[in-house]
Amino acid sequence: MTTTDAGAPGSTTNRFESVQSVRDALRDVNYLADEGIAGVAYLADRLAKPILVEGPAGTGKTQLAKSVAEITDARLIRLQCYEGLDESKALYEWNYKKQLLRIQTERGEQGEDWTEIKDDIFSDEFLLTRPLLEAITATDPVVLLIDEVDRVEVETEALLLEILSDYQVSIPELGTITATQIPLVFLTSNNTRELSEALKRRCLYLHVDYPELDREKQIVLAKVPDVTEHLADQVARIVRSIRQLDLKKAPSVSETLDWARTLVLLNIDNIDEQIAKDTLNVLLKYQTDIAKAAKELSVDD
Amino acid sequence: MLDLLNGFVVELRNAGLPVSLTENLDAMEAVQHIPIEDREAFKYALGATLIKNHAHWRSFETVFEVYFSLRGPEYKLVQDGDDDTDIDELWRELQEQQQQEGQGGAGGLDNLTPEEIAQMLMSALMNGDQGVMRAMAKQSVQRFAGMEPGRPVGGTYYLYRTLRNLDLDGMLEKMMEQAREESDGLTPLEERLEKEEFEDRIEKFKGEIESEIRRRLVADRGAEAMAKTLRKPLPEDVEFMHASRDEMQALKKSLYPLTRKLAARLARKRRHGRKGPLDFRNTVRHSLSYGGVPAEPKFKYPRPAKPELIVVADISGSVAAFARFTLMLVYAIQNQFSKVRSFVFIDGIDEVTDYFKATEDITEAIHRVNTEADVVWVDGHSDYGHAFEVFWERYGKDIGPKSTVLLLGDARNNYHASQAWVVKEIAQKARHVYWLNPEPRSYWNTGDSIVGEYGTHTDGVYECRNLRQLEAFVEKLA
Repeated sequence: MTTTDAGAPGSTTNRFESVQSVRDALRDVNYLADEGIAGVAYLADRLAKPILVEGPAGTGKTQLAKSVAEITDARLIRLQCYEGLDESKALYEWNYKKQLLRIQTERGEQGEDWTEIKDDIFSDEFLLTRPLLEAITATDPVVLLIDEVDRVEVETEALLLEILSDYQVSIPELGTITATQIPLVFLTSNNTRELSEALKRRCLYLHVDYPELDREKQIVLAKVPDVTEHLADQVARIVRSIRQLDLKKAPSVSETLDWARTLVLLNIDNIDEQIAKDTLNVLLKYQTDIAKAAKELSVDD
Repeated sequence: MLDLLNGFVVELRNAGLPVSLTENLDAMEAVQHIPIEDREAFKYALGATLIKNHAHWRSFETVFEVYFSLRGPEYKLVQDGDDDTDIDELWRELQEQQQQEGQGGAGGLDNLTPEEIAQMLMSALMNGDQGVMRAMAKQSVQRFAGMEPGRPVGGTYYLYRTLRNLDLDGMLEKMMEQAREESDGLTPLEERLEKEEFEDRIEKFKGEIESEIRRRLVADRGAEAMAKTLRKPLPEDVEFMHASRDEMQALKKSLYPLTRKLAARLARKRRHGRKGPLDFRNTVRHSLSYGGVPAEPKFKYPRPAKPELIVVADISGSVAAFARFTLMLVYAIQNQFSKVRSFVFIDGIDEVTDYFKATEDITEAIHRVNTEADVVWVDGHSDYGHAFEVFWERYGKDIGPKSTVLLLGDARNNYHASQAWVVKEIAQKARHVYWLNPEPRSYWNTGDSIVGEYGTHTDGVYECRNLRQLEAFVEKLA
């Protein structure tokens, strides 16, 4: 395999001009980034480092990767992590059925050398690429999304380390495959367990939290068709108010959007207590939470 | 620049944040792409490279403020007679406004009366105008804090002085009144939302004041000295017994993700235990795909029985916070145990298991424990001896070979009889007995603490001063 010096930071193609341009571009595809998100995305491009995105569920971590893929005109390759994920699912696998066939067809003909067959069956032709390998062998621009990385076991994390720091994959039979171009890599985590130091060290860290009042309002305006400014403002304010309560699961951005859509569908343009209480089940998913929020919204101090 | 960054990293490490060498190098590289003048972006660049845990972000922000607060043009100090264009412009605008209103305060910000300042601040807060709010924060600090160079007083003192003069609570009331007038009649929902908006702005304003005071202190004393005084422990290192109200809040917040992590880890541990004996049925079944050859042996996985937990907690004043956190933690992961029963005592003892059963909301249950449980027998001072005796009488028969008993408290018995024989009896019947003590180890067995006397009968006495220690213990337990 050819070794390119793609690992050196100088040789990356700079995808973004400045932090502001990242932000503008993201806004054009309806993803409203704050200063932190845009800044880290820009840095990831300049430093050629993966981004580890952490935060509560439903705050747009996965959406960020998708949007970045969209603005850079790149193909999104997604690796969904789960418990029991191994390298044959994440990196590569030998297509052993094809290998067997190959050996069997060779058997009839005499004079074929063993080493020849061996070299033959361990070649590109028999290699099944999985998302990680696909991402670094791709010639077109790609964005690699490793989703919910906290679901894999600590041992499996080690699989990712080589690709994250050097953008290469070592296959014992083939040698090292180095990336022809450096893809933007996003890892998302719901923080159900502490990730290993080794993994964190290789990444830029970005914590995505529930958005500020203003940003949430803008998100509602951008994502929900036909919503009035007044309604969006009210929605954002009530959601903020609910998030301040001590709940099992605070409403996420996606749930806010669902709520706003519901209200638009119901032709409501001014939320009063009754409406808020009746539609709370869109926003909250636990009975105790709903009861608590309903109580808080009606009984005022 | 290099020096500054190095000092910054050293201070982060001093504050207890783990920063590795590679992360340091990354930060150095990152700042080459981000101009230091763009302070927000600069902060995020450093944060993304140096901080890999969200719980550490607050500490990071504090240190950042100290080290970089004096950089960037718009963050300069306002001295008397300083021609800061932003402020001047704002001032002029405000003056025009006021002249229209016929008040005509003249001669610059410094000559305003406190009433006028309050007036201006209120209008700024009503409109949510960031620029004016920042200017007002600077002005109020300069005027009210009475800061003297070289005076060895902490920032909180100045903060208190400034806030006392501004009377922000009163202002909130006034703002609400005005809002009510303007829209003639708010529904309760609107009123609530409006109030939260104002509270949020006032919070921000307080933040501005704090950072202004900090800036001035840094200018006075230098970054290193300031960073040292501002150093705060990370949430998981805060001691239960000495936590302030803010720290309690932070603790509560970090408790929930911690329990989730702990539950996931314990479930995993249970599943991925060592292999047990050969599972014959399963092996034969799988042998079919190899033509009857048992090529792939299958094993039984042992499923260790979940322990039954009995928590007996002292909830007298000194250790109440600790008991609360332990109960919260235990109940948050209660499906890791087959059964959890809890008892609380001061000098009398009461079972509180039902409070937790009745509601899914742990905080509410804890609240009921604190208010409704019948734990006072004579005078409301801890009496471990009596509490244990009653416990043994009433519930001793429920302890079996499956139960693990947790005793929580500092064992400060106010010189009552210890009745340590109860602990000994419990230890004989139960699978394990552990004692968790929130006091530092060096205080044990001093004064009226008799933890040693009880401890000899238990399987171990553990120091549990902070969340980190508590977490480590609970993981061992399940």
